[in-house]
Amino acid sequence: MKKAFSKIYLSLVYLFLYAPIIVLIVFSFNESKSKSHFSGFSLKWYIELFEDELIMTSLFNTLILALVSSVIATLIGTMAAIGIYSMKKKSRSAIMWVTNLPMVNPEVVTGISMMLLFVAFSSIFGIQQGFYSVLIAHITFNLPYVILNVLPKLYQVNNNLFEAALDLGCTPRQAFFKVIIPEIMPGIFSGFLMAVTLSLDDFIISYFTSGSDFQTLPVTIYSMLRKQVPPSLNALSALLFVAVLAILLISNITAIRKEKAEMKR
Amino acid sequence: MKNRALAIPHIVWALVFIVIPICFVLYFAFTDDSGAFTLMWVGQIGKYWGVFARSLKLALIATVICLLVGYPMAYIISRCNWLTQRTLTMLIMLPMWMNFLLRTYAWMTLLERNGIINNFLESIGLISEPLKMINTEGAVVIGMVYNFLPFMILPLYNIMVKIDNSLIEAAQDLGCSFPSVLRRVLFPLSVPGIINGITMVFVPAASTFVISQKLGGAKNMLIGDLIDTYFMGGEPNFHVGSMLSLVLMLIILICMAFMNQDDEEVML
Amino acid sequence: MKKIVSLILSVFVIVSLFCSVGCGKKYDATLIVYNWGGPYMAEGSNDSIDINKMFEERYNVKIKYRTYDSNEAMYAKLKNGGAEYDIIIPSDYMVARLIEEGLVEKLDFSNIPLFESNIMDNFKNPTYDPTNEYSVPYSWGAVGIIYNKEVVKEEVKSWDILWDEKYKDNVLMFNNSRDAFMVAQTMLGYSQNTTNKDEIKAAADKLSEQKSVVQGYYMDEIYDKMINEDAAIATYYAGDALVMMEENENLAFAYPEEGTNRFVDAVCIPKGSKNKKYAEMYINFLLEAEIALANSEVTGYCTPNSAAFELLDEDTKSNKIMYPDDEYLKKCESYIHLPSEINTYVQELWINIKTEG
Repeated sequence: MKKAFSKIYLSLVYLFLYAPIIVLIVFSFNESKSKSHFSGFSLKWYIELFEDELIMTSLFNTLILALVSSVIATLIGTMAAIGIYSMKKKSRSAIMWVTNLPMVNPEVVTGISMMLLFVAFSSIFGIQQGFYSVLIAHITFNLPYVILNVLPKLYQVNNNLFEAALDLGCTPRQAFFKVIIPEIMPGIFSGFLMAVTLSLDDFIISYFTSGSDFQTLPVTIYSMLRKQVPPSLNALSALLFVAVLAILLISNITAIRKEKAEMKR
Repeated sequence: MKNRALAIPHIVWALVFIVIPICFVLYFAFTDDSGAFTLMWVGQIGKYWGVFARSLKLALIATVICLLVGYPMAYIISRCNWLTQRTLTMLIMLPMWMNFLLRTYAWMTLLERNGIINNFLESIGLISEPLKMINTEGAVVIGMVYNFLPFMILPLYNIMVKIDNSLIEAAQDLGCSFPSVLRRVLFPLSVPGIINGITMVFVPAASTFVISQKLGGAKNMLIGDLIDTYFMGGEPNFHVGSMLSLVLMLIILICMAFMNQDDEEVML
Repeated sequence: MKKIVSLILSVFVIVSLFCSVGCGKKYDATLIVYNWGGPYMAEGSNDSIDINKMFEERYNVKIKYRTYDSNEAMYAKLKNGGAEYDIIIPSDYMVARLIEEGLVEKLDFSNIPLFESNIMDNFKNPTYDPTNEYSVPYSWGAVGIIYNKEVVKEEVKSWDILWDEKYKDNVLMFNNSRDAFMVAQTMLGYSQNTTNKDEIKAAADKLSEQKSVVQGYYMDEIYDKMINEDAAIATYYAGDALVMMEENENLAFAYPEEGTNRFVDAVCIPKGSKNKKYAEMYINFLLEAEIALANSEVTGYCTPNSAAFELLDEDTKSNKIMYPDDEYLKKCESYIHLPSEINTYVQELWINIKTEG
C-alpha cells in the first residue's frame, strides 16, 4: 500500500517535470508553425535550425565561453583553496564571505553590478562589452563553486602525507604536484564540471554583461522569445535534451560500472 | 603544503570583480546625476513596496510548494536501492540542465488561452470556455515551481540519503507512528538540507524577471522586472535601479542570516 | 571522472570544429545591423530573399543581424555604451532624440547617391531631422487594431473596443509607454505629443482602467498570440498586421476613427561605428529599387522609395491598410521628441500602471 503510493507519487512528479519537455519535443516535428495543433510529421525545423547562423554562432560562443571560463576559474579557484586552507580562521572566513557573495546574491544584482563596472570601463578606457566582459563575469560566479568543491578535499588530506613525501626525498614542489594534487583531484574535477554546467546555463548575468556582438545561446534564445518564436527553437530543445541525456547516461553508466567493480573487490 | 600566497590572484579578482561592482551599486544608489550625495532615491523606493511584497509573496508560495512536493520526493528516492537512486536523481537533474528559458517557453505553449491544456480539456468536454491560466499569478508560481523544484529535491536528497534506515526502524520499533518519526527523527536530521533547498529556490524566485514577463504577461511586475526596466528599459535610471538592487540584496541577505543563525556550516 | 571530463572536452572540440567550418570565409569587414524584431527586413525568414546574403556576396562584408522590440530597448543598449552597432533603424521621434544626444553619426551622402534620386520629396528634410544629415527614411506606416473576426463580430471603429468588458482577457496591449499612451491620448482627444502633465495623467488613468480587460502587455509576441488565436484583439502596426493576416485568415485590421499615430522609421549609423563607410554603402544598398521593394513586400510597410513604389503591383498600391487614404492620414499625427522631464514622468506613470493591483 505504502509502496504503491510512493510509486504513484513519484510518477506524478516526474510527469510534471517531463510533460512540458515532451510537448516541446513533439512539436519540433510539427509540419506547421502552430504550437497547439499537430498537423503532420516533418523534419524541416531541424534543417532550419542548422541553417540559422545566429543560433549556431551563439552555440559556439557558449561552448567556448564555458570551457575557457571554467578552466580559468578552476585554476584560480584551486590555488585560492590551497591558500585559504593555509590561512588563519579569521582571514579565512572574511575571504569566504566575499567569495560567496555572487553565490548568495540574487543573480540580477550580480549582473547589474558587473554591468555598472563594465559601463565605467567602456567610458574610461573605451573598451566595449563583449567576449571579455562575459568571460570575466562567468569566471567570477564560477569561482566560489570551484573553491567549495576543492576545500573539503584539502581537509581530508592527511597532513603526514606531505611530510612523508618530503622525507622520501621529494622537493616541496614535487611533493605538492605528485602527492597533494592527485589527492584533491576529484574535488578539482567536480568543481570544473559544476563551473561548466553553470556557465552553459547562465542567462541573467550574460544578459547584463554581453554587448552587441558576442551573444551566448541563452541570450539569443531570450531575444527569440521576444518575437515570433520559430519552431526551430523546439528542435533546439529536443537536441539539447538528447545531448544532456546522452552525457548523463554515459557518465552514470561508467560510474555504476566502477562502483560495481569496487564492490566485487 | 601551506602557502597563503596562492590565494592572492583570487583575492585580487574578488576585489576587482566582486567588491568594486558592489561599491558601484552603492555609489549609484546614493548619488544624483551630478555625483553629489543624496537620499532622494530612498524615497523613490517607498512607492514600490507593493512590488517587493508581491515578489516575496510569490517566491514564498513557490518555495513552500517546492518544499511540500520535494520533501516526500527526496525521502522516497533516498529509500530506494542505490541503482534506482542514481537513475532517479539523474532524472531530476536532466530538466535542470536544459536551458531555463526553454523550460519557461514550454509552459507558455501549455498555458495559453488556445494552448495545449485548454485544447485538451475542451476536446474531452470538461470545459466550454478556455480557462484563464496564462498571465495570472498562478502561472508565474507554476513557472517558479517548475524551474526550481530540482534545486529543492537535490539538497534534501543529499541529506536524507545519509540518514540510516535503522534509525527510522528503531524509532518505529519503539512505538513511534510514522508522523512522529517524521517529526522527531527525519525532520530534525534534514534541517540543513531544508535550509539549503529553501535558499536555492527562494532567492532566484524572488528576483526573477523572465518568468513574470513570459508567464505573467508583464501585467504585474516583480522586483526583478523593475530592476530590468531601470537598467535596460527606455528611460534608464541607474540610480533607482541600483537602489532597488541594494534593497533586494539586503532583504535576501537578512533572510539568509535569519535562516542560518543556528547553522553556520551551510554558508560555507 | 576522467572519462566524463574527456567526454565533455571531446564534445566541445567536435562542436567547435563543426561550427568553425561554416565561419571559415574571410571578409573585409563586419557590419552589425540592429533592427526591429518582427520580420522587418527581407532577411531570409518567411521564404523571402535574403538581402543580407546578397550584400555579403557583392561587397564581401559580413552582416551580423541583431534585433530589438522597441525604440526604447534599442536606446537603452546604445545609451549604456556597452554596444557597438553599425546600422540602426529607429522611429522618427527616437531619431530626433539620438541626434540631440549625439548618439548618431552624420552621414556622408556622397556614399549614398541613391538618396537624391530614390527618396520621395515629402520624406526629405523631415521634422525629426530637419537638415537631413543623420538619417535615411526606411519605411512608414500607422498604428491600428488587429482583431479576430470569429470573436469580434461587430465593426471595429474606435479605440474604445480595447476597453470593452466583453473582451476581458482577450485584449493585448502595447508594452511600450509611447504607443500605449498614444492610444489613450488619441481617445481623449489630446495630442500624442502633449506636454501637459494633467493630460498625461488623465491618459494614464484611462490606461489603468483598461488593465482589468487586458490579458497581457506585449510587443512582437503579439504575432504568435494573434496567429494562434490566444487573444482576439490587439494593438499593432499595420505592416505587421498584414503579415499576420497572411498566416491566419480569421484576422482583420482596422484604423480607429479617432485617428492614430503615423510613423517613419529611418536608417542611422550610431556613434562609434568602426565601419562607417561600409555602413553607408549598406544604406545605399537598401535604397536600390529591388531591395526596397523586397523589404516592403516582406514587412508589409509602405516605402518612401519612389523607385520601389513604381514597381509595386496595383493591388498593393490600392491596399487601404498599407496606404490609407489622404482623408484619414489627415487625422494622424507623428511623434516628436519630448523633453526628458516628460519622458521620465511618462515612464513613472507607466511603471505604476504595470505594478499596481
